[in-house]
Amino acid sequence: MLELITFSTLNGVLYGMLLFMMASGLTLIFSMMGVLNFAHASFYMIGAYFGFEISRRIGFWPGFLVAPVLVGVIGGLIERYGLRRVHRFGHVAELLFTFGLAFVIEELVNMIWGKLPVDYRVPPSLDFVAFRLFDTTYPAYRIFMLATAVAMFVFLLVILKRTRVGLIIQAALTHPNMVAMLGHNVPQVFMMVFGVGAGLAGLAGVIAGPALVTQPSMAALLGPILFVVIVVGGLGSLGGAFVASLLIGLVQTFAVAINVSLADAIGSSAASLFGELGRTPLAQIAPVLPYLLLVLVLIFRPRGLFGTRET
Amino acid sequence: MMGGVRILLAFVALAAGLAVAPYVFSSGVALTMMSLMGVMIIFALSYNMLLGQTGLLSFGHAVYYGLAGFCAVHAMNLIAANKLPVPLPAVPLIGAAAGLFFGLIFGAVSTRRAGTVFAMISLGLGELVAAFALVLHSFFGGEEGIAANRAKLAPFLGYKFGPQIQVYYLIAFWCLVCIILMYAITRTPFGRMCNAVRDNPERAEFIGYSTQRVRFQAFVLSAVFAGVAGSLAAINFELMNSQAVGAATSGQVLLMTFVGGIGHFVGPIIGAVLVTFLQISLSDITKAWMLYFGLLFILVVMYAPGGIAGWLALHRPLLRGGRIFKLVPIYALTAVPLAALVLGCILFIELAHHMLVEAQSEGPTLSVFKIAMNGAKIGPWLSALVLFIGGALGLRALLPRVGDAWALAIADSSGKAAA
Repeated sequence: MLELITFSTLNGVLYGMLLFMMASGLTLIFSMMGVLNFAHASFYMIGAYFGFEISRRIGFWPGFLVAPVLVGVIGGLIERYGLRRVHRFGHVAELLFTFGLAFVIEELVNMIWGKLPVDYRVPPSLDFVAFRLFDTTYPAYRIFMLATAVAMFVFLLVILKRTRVGLIIQAALTHPNMVAMLGHNVPQVFMMVFGVGAGLAGLAGVIAGPALVTQPSMAALLGPILFVVIVVGGLGSLGGAFVASLLIGLVQTFAVAINVSLADAIGSSAASLFGELGRTPLAQIAPVLPYLLLVLVLIFRPRGLFGTRET
Repeated sequence: MMGGVRILLAFVALAAGLAVAPYVFSSGVALTMMSLMGVMIIFALSYNMLLGQTGLLSFGHAVYYGLAGFCAVHAMNLIAANKLPVPLPAVPLIGAAAGLFFGLIFGAVSTRRAGTVFAMISLGLGELVAAFALVLHSFFGGEEGIAANRAKLAPFLGYKFGPQIQVYYLIAFWCLVCIILMYAITRTPFGRMCNAVRDNPERAEFIGYSTQRVRFQAFVLSAVFAGVAGSLAAINFELMNSQAVGAATSGQVLLMTFVGGIGHFVGPIIGAVLVTFLQISLSDITKAWMLYFGLLFILVVMYAPGGIAGWLALHRPLLRGGRIFKLVPIYALTAVPLAALVLGCILFIELAHHMLVEAQSEGPTLSVFKIAMNGAKIGPWLSALVLFIGGALGLRALLPRVGDAWALAIADSSGKAAA
């Protein structure tokens, strides 16, 4: 039991930090530009595939450094030449644009790398056992992922809270017009934030690719979860996104690990009360939980956990 | 009064067209395609009640279509097993009831807010139902879905609806009914209030309407029609699987509605017919057809937010003023670089797709538009590049002139009307 709790907590925190790497960019983009970027998880996927392609030709470490930058540049270009053009048609058009973009990116990946998962492996330099606890081993690569995610988090925090650029970004979040009046190039700030957000998602893809499966559906699988995270945390709140990421990560990991059904927990009356749902083990219901959480939050606390505004 | 007669005539023409269509396109493939088009027309029109008329962007409309489809399949099995006296043509009513039921439940949750929040809630609900569809095997049937046999139901006026042609007429009938009903709704005060809530919610509140209530009513109505579409799909395929409630179906209806045009009532009809046609005919020819769809959608979002119907509507004053022929030369001229650009793109995508994915197993030769070529040689790539660049440059030079020609023709025809 203790073993299960320890490893599920570790994996849950890891998954949560990965989610946060993407959710942070998504929520920054949303609160600055009002754009809910449907294609954010697609940048994560591009990152994974770029990482795979570079690691196959040169090595893992060059990919680790170069792929996120490439993804960031692509993100910036998409903002500059696509999203900015659509901006004048309103938020619905922007949402539709990113929706179409996610669709096209998935098809492009299908076209270039095929529908089957690619063989993106953990680099040999990180392919060893980090520690052994209660007879279960924990791979070093996961520790590396965790360290990268934490480093990213600290980096983001320092940039936002301690630098001049961060100050401008924070100001542009709430008062974009005032920031423009003061002579800052707000569209350029937007492009930068979009690019950096995409790059962060790309980095998440590069490090998650070998641990999870690198396949064309990975964006469609993760995208909706990201929305859950930023809504549950409260739209536009970085702290909220952090807490919600960890929450969702832990809930998902623990639910998969616990093989108990409602009928086991509260007796056979559950089966008659909930029907088939009562008999299904929690591990199988796990994919439902984030969305259930989302709907509950939207009904009872539309602002999210830490949000200050409703839209 | 004149308008009323014209609309009546349009519906009569539509009914006649639906009745005659199987005689004009009598092949089995065409019949299947037209049946599917009928279903998709209802589905897309119901979606446009939300997006076009009330301004609600939904990413989970397939929930009502799919759940109603499953209810219809279960109802058909139940009716057949117990020999209940319910004929097949009444099954869409069951679908409508299912749509109403789920629309009431989910609508109460999601229509409190408009805009981005609504879009996200609809996405969340869609994912929730899709996730449940994989868990609850007794209702959704897991991977293989739930099947039904439409011919097992009690005959209706002697028809057992076994052959596809009878199913086509059943779908055509319901399609006509739904089109008329949905059109009628847009002409009621309620339909106008939907538009008001879309355009200016604040003022709608000030004249005494609850925007939330209007959104809720529009949402429920739209779910009812989606339910009809879903049950017709169940009748048509005699099978429902969990994909019907999934994000792909929701995305598809959004795509066809938007490409057709959300600003006009006929837009979704055009979109449903076009996208279904392309889907069925393209998926045989090329494996990259989804990519073409996505690109088409992005182009429409970026350059023609009114969709096809919006573009067509630009020509109405010209048609009325009798000046439409003035656009013929410039359109003919523009068609050349446009065709070159599209050809270049297609050639490039097909070459890339073939060389990257299929060349290892099938060798470097492929055929595009029945022309065989070798993807390992530089020739095809160069011609794709030339077509693309030439087309793009030509289009860039000609597009401003198209706008000028259009404005000139408009001025001319309005001048004629004034005189």
